[in-house]
Amino acid sequence: MANLTFKDFKSDQEVRWCPGCGDHAVLAALQRALPKVSQALNYDKERYVVVSGIGCSSRLPYYMDTYGFHSIHGRATAISTGIKVANPWLTVWQACGDGDALAIGGNHFIHAIRRNIDINIILFNNQIYGLTKGQYSPTSKFGAITKTSPYGTVEHPFNPGALVLGAKGTFFARSLDVELKLNEEIMTAAALHDGCSVMEMLTNCVIFNDGAHKNLSDPALKADNTIVLRHGEKMIFGKNRDKGLIYDGKKIRVVHIGEGGFTEEDILVHDAHTDNIGIHMALAEMKGPDYPVALGVIRDVKDITYDDGVRDQVKDVMAKSKIHCVDDLLHSGSTWEVE
Amino acid sequence: MQHTIIDAKDVVIRFAGDSGDGMQLTGSLFADMSAIYGNSLSTFPDYPAEIRAPHGTVSGVSGFQVHIGSGEVNTPGDYCDLLVAMNPAALKANAKWCKRHAMILVDEDAFDASGLSKAGFKTENPFEELGVDDRTLLVAPITTLTIESLKDSGMDNKAVLKCKNMFTLGMACYIYNRPLEYIFQYLEKKFSKKHPEVIEPNKKVLKDGFNYAANIQLIANTYTVKPSANLKKGTYRNITGNQAAAWGLLAASEKSGLPLFCGSYPITPATAILEELAIHKSLGAKTLQAEDEIAGICTAIGASFAGNLAVTTTSGPGLSLKSEAMGLAVMAELPLVVIDVQRGGPSTGLPTKTEQSDLNQALYGRNGECPLAVIAAHSPSHCFDAAFQAAKIALEHMTPVVMLSEGFLGNGSEPWRIPQMKDYPEIKPPFVRGVPAEGEKFHPFERNSETMVRNWAIPGQKGYEHRVGGLEKNHNGVLSTDPQNHELMVSERAKKIELIAADIPELEIMGDPSNKSLLVVGWGGTFGHIWSAVEEIGNVAYAHFDYINPLPRNTEAVLSQFGKILVCELNSGQFADYLRARFPKMNILKYNKIQGQPFLVSELVEAIRKNM
Repeated sequence: MANLTFKDFKSDQEVRWCPGCGDHAVLAALQRALPKVSQALNYDKERYVVVSGIGCSSRLPYYMDTYGFHSIHGRATAISTGIKVANPWLTVWQACGDGDALAIGGNHFIHAIRRNIDINIILFNNQIYGLTKGQYSPTSKFGAITKTSPYGTVEHPFNPGALVLGAKGTFFARSLDVELKLNEEIMTAAALHDGCSVMEMLTNCVIFNDGAHKNLSDPALKADNTIVLRHGEKMIFGKNRDKGLIYDGKKIRVVHIGEGGFTEEDILVHDAHTDNIGIHMALAEMKGPDYPVALGVIRDVKDITYDDGVRDQVKDVMAKSKIHCVDDLLHSGSTWEVE
Repeated sequence: MQHTIIDAKDVVIRFAGDSGDGMQLTGSLFADMSAIYGNSLSTFPDYPAEIRAPHGTVSGVSGFQVHIGSGEVNTPGDYCDLLVAMNPAALKANAKWCKRHAMILVDEDAFDASGLSKAGFKTENPFEELGVDDRTLLVAPITTLTIESLKDSGMDNKAVLKCKNMFTLGMACYIYNRPLEYIFQYLEKKFSKKHPEVIEPNKKVLKDGFNYAANIQLIANTYTVKPSANLKKGTYRNITGNQAAAWGLLAASEKSGLPLFCGSYPITPATAILEELAIHKSLGAKTLQAEDEIAGICTAIGASFAGNLAVTTTSGPGLSLKSEAMGLAVMAELPLVVIDVQRGGPSTGLPTKTEQSDLNQALYGRNGECPLAVIAAHSPSHCFDAAFQAAKIALEHMTPVVMLSEGFLGNGSEPWRIPQMKDYPEIKPPFVRGVPAEGEKFHPFERNSETMVRNWAIPGQKGYEHRVGGLEKNHNGVLSTDPQNHELMVSERAKKIELIAADIPELEIMGDPSNKSLLVVGWGGTFGHIWSAVEEIGNVAYAHFDYINPLPRNTEAVLSQFGKILVCELNSGQFADYLRARFPKMNILKYNKIQGQPFLVSELVEAIRKNM
């Protein structure tokens, strides 16, 4: 197996995202993560397929020197599903946006998660339609003023994490475009996860929704407004790492370590592998001002995958059936002779 | 009464009852039994969209017509010799399908005041009201007799009443001198594992029905239909169009060496193809019941990209939903088979009725310049070859292919002489070979100069990494909005489809080619009816199109020999318009029917004669 580096995954195509767009950083993280994944899983480059729908982020397959499929709006998840079922040996990565995956492609998205098909979905969430130049998306904040909501939206946004977990997702991670190292870590974990992995990347659209995630990405604010979850580690955050999450019997609460009788002992330890979807849901739904936004791998649990199920069933029936070729099939059941 | 056995060339029987009365099963059993006996035959299930429409109403009537013969049988028959009507509504809905001297068998018990009123009869004599009181009426208390027959069976009342159809079938077997053994075997096979207790009661009811018919002395004549002399020697089976289509795909999978993938969403009347493929995992078929029609085709496109023989199956409204993705497959130049089992439209239309009105949608229903291959099946068993051909064209020409079937074909059945796979050609997709030289890039849209077909590199092959998608690209696979490139690629994609004509058979003239005044033209599932009409008339020529786009290469040469061309189709003239656009100087006429029903041979004979 070739020793792959990030250069092996860079195509010769000119990257055409706007300067300052958050997508550049996500692409870089992916190009850095895949050599590590290849090392860990002994994968050659030709085994990777990158699929996308339509939108700014969906240009990503052109920038990856792998097999790629830039499909149609919303349908990337269905195409990825077909690729993986047809050939489970391939490793499928998917780039899609919030409008792409959660509006027009919402149906395919939830059903891929429900089936737990082994694909890796990077959901670029910039809370806006960028390629069509600035209309609100299913993740735009309530009241967002955009070109199609000049007086503010009057609809509630999706929290992608809650949607994934509501569909009984087996892997959900969240991060910010600028968190290059964390993103590499998340992408590697997603690749190692056998099942449908959804990575929500909060990306910044410099043109139509600049600063949408500023509260989370601003170096001065992010330590207090986000918490990076890692399996087996205490849920501690804050500039001075003096805040933590506890469970008070009813819900998760933020406490100050050393105040009100709380010590580090009381702080929850993150268990990404627990079956208990309730705690993961609570973590995924945390938001300001009362809570930090959870980043990192929130849920990573084992379950049967759809592609394995399809493959095993075919093998099983093949072994048991008396029909081994089409001639056998044609003569199965009731037949009769005409002399 | 003197009992005479009449040797009939062919007979048509129509079983009709409430949609819960088991008429589809009764009809298919009669058909299967006749097929094994050696008759040629054709069947036509005509059933409502509702699974259980209000009991006893005309809208809930389910019918199954079977035409058996000792000669050639090409259609389910226009009118029937025996109508079995299990209730007044069935009589009302079907009396119009009786021949002048038909026999009508009814369940007297169902013809009470309530039954008559539910069916909307105004008087106590429904036969007179319908003007069929001059037919041979056979009024038997079938419900009472079934209850009597099973009084010691220990079955509950509901289960007993379900056996009424077996009593009726027994009577029909007497009238047509059919041996009961086949049905006995069927019952044993079907129920031996789960409900062995119902085998004997069903056999008893069947025999009692048979004996009742023999004993009542009301049936003057019974009939035999000898085994068909027209059937070629060989092994036969019964097959429906949907089953044949599924099997044709499996055959193409075997001949191409590519695993079959079917991504589909249930829709009447196409669902049976997905169901059939789901059974045959032993041949490596993978089926994915998708979350919607769009996912059906998109998973198939993904599977195609990954190197499977990819298929999606649907009916009219589903085809509409797949339009955008079909355009993607055209643009990405990936092989894909789309089977459309047409039903009455537009919109939800007439889900369980047959029509040929999706032709325009198949040909044109996409944005942009978006040609693809379109072929049509012409009989239930021909769905096997049509599906095989659709797959072969798709894989060898790197294009989506729409195979048009029809509800009439999908649900209809006929005996089929089982082919041998050694007689079918290998399917050879244009795979890339070897590994590209160091530094050499694969150009996905470079073409074979003779066929305009691109090469196929499948993910997993070293050195062939490339991107496909919906955006216009140049030959190298690089995005391009260059005006000249777009025009070139549009024309090359179109040329690629036109060149498929080199691989498809020429159009044949059937019937009597010496009469140059008129050529009768048909396509798809109307074949049996038109051919029967042409044979009846004798001195007229007929051409039937299995290949719609591209047309057979000799089409112009054939059509131009005739003064007039009469295109008969179950729509408003879509194929006629298609031919007119190609051959504007020819005198192309239309004969159309849009009633959700197949043609009648008699109406075709009349229409053709009028134009001779």
